[in-house]
Amino acid sequence: MTWSNMNTQPKEINQFRARLWWSLFLIVLVFSGLIFRLVYLQVWQYQHYVTESDDNRQQLQAIAPTRGLIYDTNGALIAGNRASHSLTLVPEQLEGGRRSIDKVLAELSQVVTIDKDDIKRFKRRLNQPRRPYSPVALRFQLNEIEIAQITVNQHRLSGVKIVPELVRYYPLDKGFVHALGYVGRINDRELEKLDSTNYSATHHVGKLGVERFYETELHGTVGHQTVETNARGRVLEVLDRLEPIPGKDITLFLDAQLQQTAAQLLEGKRGAIVAIDPRTGGVLAMASAPSYGANQFVTGISYANYQTLRTSDDLPLFNRALRGRYPPASTVKPVIALAGIDSGIISRKYSIWDPGYYQLTEGGRFYRDWKEGGHGRVDMHKSLVESVDTFYYAISHLMGNSPMTKYLAQFGFGQVTIADQPEATNAVLPTKTWKRIHRNASWFAGDSLNLGIGQGFLSATPTQLATMAMVLANKGQWHQIRMIKAIDGQPVTRVSDIGRKDPAQPNNVELRRGSDWDKIHNALIDVMHGTHGTGRSSGADSSYKMAGKTGTAQVLGIKQDSTYDAEKIAERFRDHGLYIGWAPAQDPVIAVAVVIENLGGGSSSAAPLARKLFDAHILGIQADAEVEVTDGANDDG
Amino acid sequence: MADFQRWAPEARKHLKRGPGLWVKLKLDPFLLVFLLAIMSFGLLVLYSGSGSSETAVQKQLIRYGLALLAMVVVTQINLRHVQRWIPLLYVAGLLLLVAVLLFGVGVKGAQRWLQISGLPRFQPAEIMKLVVPLTVSWYLASRSRPPKLIHIIVAMVIVSVPVLLIAKQPDLGTSVLIGASGVFVIFFAGLLWRYIIAAMALGAAGLPLLWMGMREYQKQRVRTFLDPESDPLGAGWNIIQSKIAIGSGGVNGKGWLQGTQSHLDFLPETKTDFIVAVLAEEFGLIGVCLLLTFYFLVLLRGLMIAGYATHPFDRMLAASLTLTFFVYVVVNIGMVSGLLPVVGVPLPLVSYGGTSAVTLMVSLGLLMSIHARRPQPT
Repeated sequence: MTWSNMNTQPKEINQFRARLWWSLFLIVLVFSGLIFRLVYLQVWQYQHYVTESDDNRQQLQAIAPTRGLIYDTNGALIAGNRASHSLTLVPEQLEGGRRSIDKVLAELSQVVTIDKDDIKRFKRRLNQPRRPYSPVALRFQLNEIEIAQITVNQHRLSGVKIVPELVRYYPLDKGFVHALGYVGRINDRELEKLDSTNYSATHHVGKLGVERFYETELHGTVGHQTVETNARGRVLEVLDRLEPIPGKDITLFLDAQLQQTAAQLLEGKRGAIVAIDPRTGGVLAMASAPSYGANQFVTGISYANYQTLRTSDDLPLFNRALRGRYPPASTVKPVIALAGIDSGIISRKYSIWDPGYYQLTEGGRFYRDWKEGGHGRVDMHKSLVESVDTFYYAISHLMGNSPMTKYLAQFGFGQVTIADQPEATNAVLPTKTWKRIHRNASWFAGDSLNLGIGQGFLSATPTQLATMAMVLANKGQWHQIRMIKAIDGQPVTRVSDIGRKDPAQPNNVELRRGSDWDKIHNALIDVMHGTHGTGRSSGADSSYKMAGKTGTAQVLGIKQDSTYDAEKIAERFRDHGLYIGWAPAQDPVIAVAVVIENLGGGSSSAAPLARKLFDAHILGIQADAEVEVTDGANDDG
Repeated sequence: MADFQRWAPEARKHLKRGPGLWVKLKLDPFLLVFLLAIMSFGLLVLYSGSGSSETAVQKQLIRYGLALLAMVVVTQINLRHVQRWIPLLYVAGLLLLVAVLLFGVGVKGAQRWLQISGLPRFQPAEIMKLVVPLTVSWYLASRSRPPKLIHIIVAMVIVSVPVLLIAKQPDLGTSVLIGASGVFVIFFAGLLWRYIIAAMALGAAGLPLLWMGMREYQKQRVRTFLDPESDPLGAGWNIIQSKIAIGSGGVNGKGWLQGTQSHLDFLPETKTDFIVAVLAEEFGLIGVCLLLTFYFLVLLRGLMIAGYATHPFDRMLAASLTLTFFVYVVVNIGMVSGLLPVVGVPLPLVSYGGTSAVTLMVSLGLLMSIHARRPQPT
């Protein structure tokens, strides 16, 4: 008995077997096709391919595109390129091939200085995927003497090449790194992610900030050429060449002079300054102190220098402007006041009697005002001008969590609204859900009181605070916060213009009664110019009006009933000073946030810096030191 | 058909004379011998392609061992007993594919791997290479044959969901293989020729749509395939160099370890997808034809097993797995010799790497299991 008569449905089985025969036919047909193809390549075209295979002297070389330049708003160069000579080896061209690398390295180290770090990195690069006959870098930034010494010994160093290349250079260096970021050598992890074709001749990639965000635009497109070489690798003839397409040039809103002023104002301090043009949302200045030089990262920072930066208590590598989470303290009071009157929870005439403290229940915990004895009768105007905490305890007690967090969100708290700084963080806007998730607790009245004076769980980055200042100055009008002004001369109003994803941005803040904006504005003008304003010493003697709000953030919780003595608290636990504001008060052209760590209250530490920044921007008066824009290209690190 | 009838009793006679171990282990000696021949040849080429690396050969040997073990284990499984778990396997596979898209780890813009703590990293797409033909066979086995239109549509959905999820990773090579394995099952279920012709016509009309749905790098690969010179630095490089390697091998080859293209690093991925170029360069036309002969024998044996099988599930599965193996070979060699676009399909049982070897051997284990449980003459 065979299988053919075993089945119950012979017709179906027969049909199935017919299809097996069809498959066999297909297999034979396709395999014949493959064999025919191989015969074509290996028999008919044999001569052609043997010639090509022997003729390895024809080589394809990739040509790196020139990285796009970055200009400030006035057209001053803030990130350029300069020539740098690198010492490279072509393993395939070494006498004795790859196996003789150690011998060649030993020989080379007698001609120029090569340290262990160089060799370690060279070996790592050697093991990265690479195209045959492409040079592998051993040392960068050779000086003229070294170049001469290698050239003299060239005859016995086949496969050793000096390759000139253009590398990134930041003429203004130190004060700009937290705004621009920097480029550095491509590492293994990045190599996996980058388009291996387009980066086949590129050695640097944007690591941080604007350089990282606009990597695609700045990089450009690789070119290539076919060259004929002799056996020693010397190029005899260029057979054909496709020019690379250089990267696009980017213009930022950043004002190099203002940026330098901001950096100088922060000299010797820890803190950050962010300035935004409220008419556009463009970032005019973004400084974080302490800072570090970006140029050393381009060609590879030494291990020792990097360790110094990394382990410093002052955290120079930390970008406070984008990532520093500070309690905004009293700088949120304008928004809390707006929340109170616009939500209708308090009337526009609402006032309290301030004894210098607030209690949720009689005999309960004292929530203290900064001024002992209190401010007497306080309405909204006075509460902003004199920064009366008690008033805000009272109204935030009335409001509770949701109106306050709702309005704070409209001003950008808890979100990243800056479009082109990949490192920006969203800090914390403590909604009830947030507290449930992160603290596993419900929202208490005491939490509302802390939120009302910008303390407690609430935190914000200096960039977020400057954004709030912009929205306040604009009476609710939002713009995309961004570094970029134009690309290759084309204006960019939002990053989606160049195909990037816009960050989520709150709608314009629409108040039920538009005149409430004027109430807030008048109060914030009196902060700077009124007889009792907390910022009056910084607003004095100015030819233009400004508006602002100071803030003092407690770093250390003060125990009940203990007296507060700033002198005795260790320096690291002293208050942070904050300031947000804009100028001129009418038709603002600059909105700023200043945060100074551990140097006491905002009136004395932060507001004076903001005034100097305003003066520098509006009057063109340059703060203390002289600002000079060097032309780069002549500095040799 | 006559051929099958003539061969089958002979094969059984041989089995009876054998040591009996084959029967006990339910292994098919023909298939096993062909596979071992391919593997041995593969190791020889791998040693050369990896730059005479003994560690690579050792690692590959271990993988072959594991794959053979997996095959023997799978062969012991009676598909009748596990058949009803197949849909569950399919759903689990889909969930894993979704997990890859959500939490997968990726290299070079493709997100293919899943890292679950405690387990080694793995590619769920690899599992689907088996699960999809199993599921479609399970579904169509209990329906009327030739399948009705509604059943064909359901079967197509079963195939397309994982295929689309895998194409999204993106992994074009694997999604092509899986799509093919599912379509083969439907074909062997007795799909009417008029549907086949209609589908082909629709497919031709749908090509422009497919083009629009492709990612830029996939389009680039097709463009490069049509005109390799247009992108000599990128994918075109691979094709140009592998054609030089194959062509310069000639009829006799340059000799083992003598390939200049592969040894001067001109040839890319000499261990993995482009290993057949090394073979063609060093062993020439004769070497490739020898390898193709081994593959042909495996395919022939697979079709015979499908022919012996009587249960609809068994025969659809066996035929589909055999033809999928065929697609592997054709896509890889076609790609390396410049006949097909570069889609990243390894050469079965020769390319360096563990996952595809294990899946392939498991699928061959399924064939052996089907064969061992075919109706015996009484």
